[in-house]
Amino acid sequence: MSSRRSRSSRQTGTSMISEDQINDLVVQLHRLLPELGNNNRRSGKVSASKVLQETCTYIRNLNKEVDDLSERLSQLLESTDSAQAALIRSLLM
Amino acid sequence: MASLTSDNEQPPTNSNSSSTDHVRKKKSLFASSPSSSRGNAASVPTRDGDSHPRWRSEKQQRIYSAKLIQALRQVRLSSSSSATTSSPTAQKRGKAVREAADRALAVSARGRTLWSRAILANRIKLKFRKQKRPRQTVIPAVTTVVTTGATSSRGRKRRVSVVGLNKKSLPTVNRKVRSLGRLVPGCKKESVPVILEEATDYIQALEMQVRAMNSLVELLSGYSTPGSDSAPPPI
Repeated sequence: MSSRRSRSSRQTGTSMISEDQINDLVVQLHRLLPELGNNNRRSGKVSASKVLQETCTYIRNLNKEVDDLSERLSQLLESTDSAQAALIRSLLM
Repeated sequence: MASLTSDNEQPPTNSNSSSTDHVRKKKSLFASSPSSSRGNAASVPTRDGDSHPRWRSEKQQRIYSAKLIQALRQVRLSSSSSATTSSPTAQKRGKAVREAADRALAVSARGRTLWSRAILANRIKLKFRKQKRPRQTVIPAVTTVVTTGATSSRGRKRRVSVVGLNKKSLPTVNRKVRSLGRLVPGCKKESVPVILEEATDYIQALEMQVRAMNSLVELLSGYSTPGSDSAPPPI
């Protein structure tokens, strides 16, 4: 394992990357994704392009969620009135 | 902005113990809701968290929460001080909060990943210096993380194998990897394994960010509701 890693680390500048390494990375990525389907339960195989597609979608969703949350957070920070703002300020500081 | 990062770059024991002492009371509220919400969030704990325990540990959540609160405090102060007539538009405020949260997230990554460095470099605008110099050190860090991840994946009972990586579909896979690289900050021109590795780390960091901000929103909205409840609603 370590020999494969060191070999690939030297070759990372070129395009000669071992397929096993990419396999491992795709499997890791697949494990992170929310398991919506039953297709990965039934068979032990995942399609690389599907994993990548779902990853892109998932990252976009997460980004959008963070944007929405930050907007809500900014509204909440602005709109708390004075008594509660003092309370929150005492907690934040 | 440089002071923010230099403050947070102190050794973790010192800075975190002092900051968590300040916000210890808040953390007891804050840590209970993220841990319980993490327990209730259906997919998170059943998934394999062993491969990258970094972003799922309680300690990491505390570190990030403390940094996030500091960053938000700075956003609040700057927006209140610079507000001329009325406050700036909601989008600008939301963007400022998002940027502060991303900065806090990137600092919590301790500079080991490309995307975190790219986020910080974009803020400080030292783009060329920051990206060129750490490039040589990123490869050993990536390989050690990937090794630990792969060995733990070998121990799982259910082996998942990847199909569709044959020569014919390689251009399609490459295209998708490129588009994935455009989504992750700082990975537009990286090679395929680097992009995949960065994406796994980035996804977990984003998930932690979502959890932390959710908890913060719940906490604040619990305080904002007028009248009876002085404690945040139990989740």
